[in-house]
Amino acid sequence: MKVGFTLNGVHVDWDGAPVARLASALRDDLGLIGTKVGCDAGDCGACTVLLDGRQVCSCLVAMGRMTGRTVETVEGLAPTGTLAALQKSFLDHGAAQCGICTPGMLMAAQDVLRNDPAPTRAEVEDALGGVLCRCTGYTKIVDAVMACASGVAVSPPAGAAVGARLPRLDGVPKVTGRDRFGADAVPADALWIRVVRSPHARARFAVGDLGPLRARLAAVLTAADVPFNGYGIYPDIKDQPVLADGLVRYRGEAVLALVGARADVLAIRDEQIPIDWKPEPPLFGIDAATAPDAPLVQADKPKNLLLDGGVKRGHVNGFADCAAVAEGVFETAFVEHAYIEPEAGWARRVGDRIEIHASTQTPYMDRDEIASVMRLPAESVRIVPTACGGGFGGKLDLSVQPLIAIAAWKLGRPVALVYTRPESMAASTKRHPARVTAKFGCDAAGKLVACDVSATFDTGAYASWGPTVANRVPVHAMGPYAIPNVRTWGEAFFTNGPPAGAFRGFGVPQAAIAHEAMMDSLADQIGIDRLEFRQRNALRAGDVTACGQTLEHSAGLIQCLEALRPHWMKAQSAVAAFNAAGSAMRRGVGIGCMWYGIGNTSMSNPSIMRVGLAVDGTLTLYSGALDIGQGSNTIMTQIAADALGLPVGQFTLVTGDTDLTADAGKTSASRQTFVSGKAAERAGLDLRQKILRLANAGPDATLTLDGAALKVSDGGIAHTLDLARVGPLMGEGTFDPPTTPLDENGQGIPYATYAFAAQIAIVEVDIELGTVKVLRMVAAHDVGKAINPTLVEGQIEGGIAQGLGLALMEEYLPGRTENLHDYLIPTIGDVPEIECLLIEDREPLGPSGAKGVGEPGLVPTAPAILGAIHHATGVRVHRVPVLPHRLREAILRQGAKP
Amino acid sequence: MGDYLRPTSLDEALQALARPWTVLAGGTDFYPARIGRTIDEPVLDISAIADLRGISEGPEGWRLGAATTWSALIEAPLPPLFDGLKQAAREVGGRQIQNAGTLAGNLCNASPAADGVPPLLVLGAEIELAGRAGARRLPLAAFITGNRRTALAPGELVVAIHVPKPSRPARSGFLKLGARRYLVISIAMAAATLEIEDGRVAAARVAVGACSAVAQRLPALEDALVGTPVGALAGRVDARHLAPLSPIDDVRGSAAYRRDAAVTLLRRLLRSLA
Ligand SMILES: Cc1cc2nc3c(=O)[nH]c(=O)nc-3n(C[C@H](O)[C@H](O)[C@H](O)COP(=O)(O)OP(=O)(O)OC[C@H]3O[C@@H](n4cnc5c(N)ncnc54)[C@H](O)[C@@H]3O)c2cc1C
Ligand code: FES
Ligand code: FES
Repeated sequence: MKVGFTLNGVHVDWDGAPVARLASALRDDLGLIGTKVGCDAGDCGACTVLLDGRQVCSCLVAMGRMTGRTVETVEGLAPTGTLAALQKSFLDHGAAQCGICTPGMLMAAQDVLRNDPAPTRAEVEDALGGVLCRCTGYTKIVDAVMACASGVAVSPPAGAAVGARLPRLDGVPKVTGRDRFGADAVPADALWIRVVRSPHARARFAVGDLGPLRARLAAVLTAADVPFNGYGIYPDIKDQPVLADGLVRYRGEAVLALVGARADVLAIRDEQIPIDWKPEPPLFGIDAATAPDAPLVQADKPKNLLLDGGVKRGHVNGFADCAAVAEGVFETAFVEHAYIEPEAGWARRVGDRIEIHASTQTPYMDRDEIASVMRLPAESVRIVPTACGGGFGGKLDLSVQPLIAIAAWKLGRPVALVYTRPESMAASTKRHPARVTAKFGCDAAGKLVACDVSATFDTGAYASWGPTVANRVPVHAMGPYAIPNVRTWGEAFFTNGPPAGAFRGFGVPQAAIAHEAMMDSLADQIGIDRLEFRQRNALRAGDVTACGQTLEHSAGLIQCLEALRPHWMKAQSAVAAFNAAGSAMRRGVGIGCMWYGIGNTSMSNPSIMRVGLAVDGTLTLYSGALDIGQGSNTIMTQIAADALGLPVGQFTLVTGDTDLTADAGKTSASRQTFVSGKAAERAGLDLRQKILRLANAGPDATLTLDGAALKVSDGGIAHTLDLARVGPLMGEGTFDPPTTPLDENGQGIPYATYAFAAQIAIVEVDIELGTVKVLRMVAAHDVGKAINPTLVEGQIEGGIAQGLGLALMEEYLPGRTENLHDYLIPTIGDVPEIECLLIEDREPLGPSGAKGVGEPGLVPTAPAILGAIHHATGVRVHRVPVLPHRLREAILRQGAKP
Repeated sequence: MGDYLRPTSLDEALQALARPWTVLAGGTDFYPARIGRTIDEPVLDISAIADLRGISEGPEGWRLGAATTWSALIEAPLPPLFDGLKQAAREVGGRQIQNAGTLAGNLCNASPAADGVPPLLVLGAEIELAGRAGARRLPLAAFITGNRRTALAPGELVVAIHVPKPSRPARSGFLKLGARRYLVISIAMAAATLEIEDGRVAAARVAVGACSAVAQRLPALEDALVGTPVGALAGRVDARHLAPLSPIDDVRGSAAYRRDAAVTLLRRLLRSLA
């Protein structure tokens, strides 16, 4: 059907199926990839456009009704090369992190601003309520919309980049919709894959005659087509098949890949796929997996045990002399990353190499993993990361990569795969459900004496990052406190749940729920203020951790608590005054503390960075550190710029491509600023040294770059190097944080440095309905040095939003909450006002003293909220999420007690 | 590719419906049910039929065209009688959904958690259906027959929703309970219309949604409210009035919680209508 309509002020003609969605017509046929698709179901709002001046989800609009209509998309906000005031405001405020939600946010904001140039906060929230953002916590988005007209651009001079609120260097494409995510640059001639997935959590199956399907399609891939059919994070645990071979272990597991023209693979009906399923009773949950007669999930893993281990220090019977002892068991659920960009990418064969363009957090691991699956040398694999629309740990595992690679290799044509939202949710990894059993004791003065914490994790069907979680948690499970007698334990069991992998915090958020509840309880028993109790026990520089590591520097928890104290006192009295009025609404205030080791646990995790100066004067940072929205592109450049002594504005950036950059490890474990940032600093210094040597200048010389002329001024003397003559220059820097292995008692140096933080939450509980509204959060984080305060705040605010989701609403249930309709993540109306207090207790090892902040933002949030609920109601919740019915039932149970 | 038809008149649509078509209104229920596969069923797009649009007032009451969007309803100048329905409209999805989704789509989709149903039940709404054989009207309670089931016969369309004029000054309200602020399916919701005379309730209609396969009126509570001074309404609510409800346990809440929450919602709603 032919349809003519006005698109961004210009008449366009379109032809296609009338039931086609406007979103796909814009993206696939009209080339406007600024409109994003996160769900095709109206749930995420990424596809928001203005239709006849009103915001709609373009994934829900039939093209057949478009004749004569007017559509405005992000591309229409400003002429190419310029920014509208709203876009500029988003950029300046740091309102775009990964940027996948940004076009939808901008269009929704446009809808309200057009009617009212100075909307109230509530009006902005109402207008933007239909667009989900998983990165920012919304705070900076609301600020950007409300301050649309103001905004001062920052462009720091040479030497002043570190510490500046520099707008993100890769931000313009994000606010103009021109950034290219996994699904945005698929070649027109690409074939498409549709993955056939298991509807059963545990089943045997036989594939029938594929002849009829193969006759209709380019290929149907089965397990037999995968050269080495096992992958996994650890070199010695390649337990997850690319395509299941006769046996599936979780609902959503890939079984077949249908490859063909896009329309052809989509037109195959489920009943045309010949698979004979023999379902078996699945193992769900830790109790089922550890039952004495439990069937095995993986035949070679006795007792369904993936791994266990712990930390021991001091006396086993440290509780004997305690004045107060607290005990509790806490449970958490599977949690979905819910990045707004579903997994997507495409691959092509280039001679004897395979090239993969996909959304990822870890290009070098992808390269090695694909080489292993395809039995190719690593040099034969090139990973070209696309922009990443959110990861949070979920894009550390392979997703689309092996199938597109195998198909493209076999067929000699580009092949693409874009997960649907339900597919993304069913197939991808989750946060580990945990059962944490904790016991803590203190003396009469409120000094912690002993703790015993066991964390049992449901690692799902495959190992993924399970070992990382089970290793990291025992090191952190006592909390950021000095305790002489410690016993912690972590263990992970296979089940027929989705594979649990890496998710912001690697199990530490689950453990923090337990240790912080214990702190509250001990403080109450001893009769000490909860903040004061934590302050008495906080780890400080000079203390020895349970692993036997002396914290030499940069342990800023005390400073965090001091900074929070006035807010805490004020909140206590405000809450008390509110509650004195007596109503169904009760307010409470809670506090959570955390520490977090930066980088891999007791394992080498080096980064290599390079800074190049070409003969024409082009200054390039070659960074293998992927920016998945957290801002490393900007941070690395700020660090390298100051190390070198040239302004940030002169840098160009090459990132991620495994052919063009060096290995800077994965974007996880909050390591990029600390580890890759240090390498970037060294690379900048290395280049500077080379330049100074060439110019025979002293260490304090200043550099000025003007085209190919590099001026080196030292005191009164200036020396100009002609780059065309001295040739290209390259500086390189490497950093691998110093750690040592842990012995059988967990003694050693697991991390080179730790982030510390404390947050307070003020909540209002509707005691009749069991609902919880978080009214305000104050977050104090010791980040060593805030290289870019705006970006640091963005990480904290986004982490808080995810911590709030973990505490109050998020629970992934296979087959039941497999979409963003039933799986709830916080909307703009759920995330409160957040105040960030940045504490800078310098880490001498880090670049300019910086540590990491990617994960810490999330860790103390749920504990603070749960503490506030307890303060408001007297109910200590032992299971998250605290859905309204769970809290109401607990309130009623408590009321029924004598 | 399936057939697609976008008639401009009701007649044309009804003629087409001599064979089966899937009706497409705002598409907010239609598209989410069709992710990642080709849509090849025949689709009858009713968005161009003028007869299905618009809100008008007559001597007997109001006619809300079937294809009225939630936003159109919110923006329409209507008396306080419609406050409850408007409150519900503001709580449906987000703005994008309100700009596209229609009232009749909500009713025809017949979800137990459809936010439009309780407020329309308490307005005493009637559903006007048209088929080739002619038109008929059904009370809303008779139109929705079960979870995702309606009395719509093959070949029929919903044409309009009729709201009768109450004989006395009336007010209405709506309260929704969900686990987050925006874009949330109700765990439970309550709606009420009260006709007031001399500061007392002269007639009452009260309904609760998401606590049974189809939202239910609560006749015992309605009876109990009649004659009550407007300041004392909340005290009239009694758990026994919830007998018509049959809530279930699901991912959003337990059955016991829904009963308990319904009582709270009703008390608060009635208090707000004082
Ligand atoms: C993100 C999101 C959030 C939502 N939030 C809510 C919410 O909070 N509360 C809520 O109640 N609902 C919600 N919904 C559901 C939906 O938006 C509403 O039910 C909406 O009113 C449906 O109307 P529609 O016009 O879009 O229906 P469509 O999808 O066009 O149609 C729905 C069904 O009704 C049939 N139909 C439509 N009109 C007619 C007619 N005139 N005659 C005969 N059959 C017809 C169609 O064939 C189809 O089966 C949400 C949906 C989404 C995607
Ligand atoms: S893609 Fe349209 S709402 Fe998610
Ligand atoms: S910036 Fe909003 S989803 Fe990433």
